[in-house]
Amino acid sequence: MNTELSIQNDSNSSNTSDLVVCIRNLEKSFGENHVLKNFNFKLYKGESIVVLGKSGSGKSVLVKCIIGLLYPDAGTIQVLGKNIPDLNHDELDRIRVKVGFLFQSNALYDSMTVRENLEFPLRRHWIKMDKEEVNSLVMEALGNVGLEETIDMMPSELSGGMRKRIALARTLILKPEIILYDEPTTGLDPITSTEISNLIVDVQKKYNTSSIVISHDMNCVKIVANKIVMLVDGTNYISDTYKELQKSKDIKISSFFK
Amino acid sequence: MASEKFQNFIDETGDIARFTGRFFKELFKPRFEFNEFFRQCFFIGYKSFPLVAITAFIMGLVITIQSRPTLVEFGAESWLPRMVSVSLIREIAPVITALICAGKIGSGIGAELGSMKVTEQIDAMEVSGTNPFKFLVVTRVITTTLMIPILAVLADAISLYGGFLGANIHGVVSWDLFWNQVFDTLAFGDVVPSIIKTYFFGFAIGIIGCYKGFNTNKGTEGVGIAANSAVVISSLLVFILDLLAVQITDILGLN
Repeated sequence: MNTELSIQNDSNSSNTSDLVVCIRNLEKSFGENHVLKNFNFKLYKGESIVVLGKSGSGKSVLVKCIIGLLYPDAGTIQVLGKNIPDLNHDELDRIRVKVGFLFQSNALYDSMTVRENLEFPLRRHWIKMDKEEVNSLVMEALGNVGLEETIDMMPSELSGGMRKRIALARTLILKPEIILYDEPTTGLDPITSTEISNLIVDVQKKYNTSSIVISHDMNCVKIVANKIVMLVDGTNYISDTYKELQKSKDIKISSFFK
Repeated sequence: MASEKFQNFIDETGDIARFTGRFFKELFKPRFEFNEFFRQCFFIGYKSFPLVAITAFIMGLVITIQSRPTLVEFGAESWLPRMVSVSLIREIAPVITALICAGKIGSGIGAELGSMKVTEQIDAMEVSGTNPFKFLVVTRVITTTLMIPILAVLADAISLYGGFLGANIHGVVSWDLFWNQVFDTLAFGDVVPSIIKTYFFGFAIGIIGCYKGFNTNKGTEGVGIAANSAVVISSLLVFILDLLAVQITDILGLN
C-alpha cells in the first residue's frame, strides 16, 4: 500500500460532536466467507464518503449492517450516538426515521402508485399528520427530484432513471440526517448517472445531510465524494480524497481510476 | 441422500412452526393494518369468487349426474338429493374450494412476497419503520383464514344448485322437493364441522404461501420455486387437515 496515502479514516479533524456514524472493528461472516474484517469507519455531519471496492467486497453488507438489516458478528456501529446491534426493534425504528436508504434495486412497491410509495414511510407519523401535510411533503419530495407529474403513475410505467429519482424522493420524505446510497447509478446510462450523482450533491447541500455512497462508478464517485474509503478484502485499505487517490501508483487503487 | 432429504424436511417443518409462532406473536401487537387487510379481502375473497363459483357449480352438476345411474340401479333414485347434498356439504365443496384457493391464492401470495423479497421491497419496508411481517404476513393469513370459509359456504350453496340442475337433466325433481330433501338430510354434524375445517384450510394456505414467499432466495428462479412449493405444500396440508377433521368428527360422534 502506498504509505503516503494511507491516511486513516478516523484522523478527521472535525469535532467529535459532529460524528454521526462511527464503526469500530466490524466483523461479518456468512459461513466460511469472512466479508468484513476489522473494518473501521467514521462519518461526520455534512460529509459525503464513498465506499469504493470491487463487486463482492462487502460494500452492500456494510450499509445493511449500518441500517440494522444485518447484524455484525463483532464490533460496534454507532449511528447518531446509538450502537445499532444493541437496539431493540422499536429503538431501531426510531433511528431508521433519521437514516434514509436508497436501495440498489430502488425497491419501489410495485403494487402502489408513486404517491402511495412516497406516503408509505410517513405511516409511522400518520396520526400526527393531516392529509394536507402529507400531500405537501409528497409534493416537496417529488419537486426535489423534478418528477411531480408522475404522482399517480405506477412504478412499472417509469424509466430506470425516473424510478431511481422516485426512490430518492421516498428516501428524502422523512428528511433524514444520514442517507445511505447503495450503488445509486448502477444500470443507468452515463447521462442519467451524472444527473443522479448531481442530484445526490444537491440533496446533500439543501438538507445538510451526511452521506455514505457505495459505488464503483468512478464518474459518480468523482461528483459526490468528499472522501473515498477503499474496501479491499473486507477491510479499509485506504482513505483519501479523489484527487489524491487518482495519483496513486498502487495497482489496487489505480485500477479503479483507469 | 435420503437422510439429507429427511433432515431438510425436519428443518423446514421447524422453520414453518417458528414462522407460525411468530404470526401469533405479531397478531396481537399494534399497529393493526386494517387498510391492507381490507385490500387483501378484496383480492383474496372477492376476486376468487368467480373461479370458486364456477368450480362448485360444475362439481355439483357432475356429482349428481355421475351418482344417478347407481342409485337408479338400486331403485333409490329418490335419494339422489340426500346423497348429493351430504357428499357436497361434508367433503367435496370445502375441499375443492380449499384446493382451488391453494392454487390461486397460495401461489399468488408466494409469488408476490417472493418477488418483494428478491427486489428488496421487504427490506425497504423494514427500513421505513414498518414491520413487514405484520403488514404483509399477518394481514394475508387473517384474510385467507376468514375468506376461505365464506367462499366455501358460497360454494356449498352453488354446488347444491348445480346438483338441482343435474337431478333435472334425466328426471324431474321439483325445486321444493329437492330443497326439502336437502334440508331434511343435512344435520348440525354435517354443516358445522365442514365449515370449521375450512378455517384451518384457510390458515394453512395463508401461512404456507407467506412462509414460502417471505423466505425466497435465489433471485427470480426462487420466486417460481416459492409459488410452486406454496401450492404443493398447502394442497397437501389441506388433505392432511381433512383427514384429521374426519377423525375428530368421528371420535366426537358427529359422522
